[in-house]
Amino acid sequence: MDTLVEFLVSAAILVGGVFALIGSIGLARLPDFYLRLHGPTKATTLGVGGTIFASLLFFSWQEQGLRLQELLIVLFLFITAPVSAHMLAKAAMHRQLRHREDTRGRPWKQ
Amino acid sequence: MRRLLPFPMLSLLLWLSWLLLNGFSWGHGLLGLVLAVVLPLGTRPFWPNVPHLRNFPKLVRFVLVVHWDIITANVAVARLILRSPRKLRPAFVELPLDLEDDFAITLLTSTISLTPGTVSADVSEDHRTLLIHTLDMEDEAALVAQIKQRYERPLKEIFEC
Amino acid sequence: MLEIALPIGFGLIVAALVLNLYRLLRGPTLPDRALALDTMYINAIALIVLYGIANNSKLYFEAGMLIALIGFVSTVAVAKYMTRGDIIE
Repeated sequence: MDTLVEFLVSAAILVGGVFALIGSIGLARLPDFYLRLHGPTKATTLGVGGTIFASLLFFSWQEQGLRLQELLIVLFLFITAPVSAHMLAKAAMHRQLRHREDTRGRPWKQ
Repeated sequence: MRRLLPFPMLSLLLWLSWLLLNGFSWGHGLLGLVLAVVLPLGTRPFWPNVPHLRNFPKLVRFVLVVHWDIITANVAVARLILRSPRKLRPAFVELPLDLEDDFAITLLTSTISLTPGTVSADVSEDHRTLLIHTLDMEDEAALVAQIKQRYERPLKEIFEC
Repeated sequence: MLEIALPIGFGLIVAALVLNLYRLLRGPTLPDRALALDTMYINAIALIVLYGIANNSKLYFEAGMLIALIGFVSTVAVAKYMTRGDIIE
């Protein structure tokens, strides 16, 4: 039982770390702002989600009881991340940031 | 009952978050209950139209579907990010909205932003159209149809009969 | 197993933070920098949660929660400033 929990905690940490890193790689290498915007929403959802799942599991196991405090962080991030992405996108459109030539469709005038 | 608890779901959410923050005990249960009643009453004027939850089982199903989509789509997007950015086919897409309730529209935009590959960028003044940016789009009609079928229709059933 | 996974997890998230820092310094525009900071605070939460596991302490939960709250408010304030030229109109 202990090894199984330890394995799950380790796996969740690694999954979370890998997705946080991939989100940030996207932020660093994608060519225009609108594409980069896709990075952070990923880092939030699975990156933090993975580490928090690991933490939930780890402390529940340590204390032999359910401990769900960290779920609040995930809940809060799930509510706020789309809002900040939306506001940043609006800001970018307002400033008429250039987007890649082959982007289909046009952003709206603000 | 409706006067005392204008938003039952909000109250439940507040109560549960209070308990999660402070640990489950009788004292905090009671204090959280007081806050869960008082806070929605105090913020009542900030909500011009009350969203009515009509179908609770559908909501649970919707939440599960969204979580599943977040996980699967994350893997797909990870692959997109790691290969050459030149192969991406980014696009701005306009999605005509069928939803009318503001809260339901907010939920839809949040869902679209949370599921990787799409970010909602703007809502038109008349709340009729949604501007979405996609990382890699094959066919505009297919994307619009997928969002409508997978997220908008359940939301419509949950909030507006 | 955990003693191997934790350092790797730390390494992955620190690498993510370094990439965010690169975008923060490089820009090229203000929204890019705001986005880099937004990603950075989210990764910082993951780092703090991992640190809590490594130290076997629950105290770090509050720190993570606070960073989440303050990070969101500051991102919204900066985004609002960029669209309107003012934060509270």
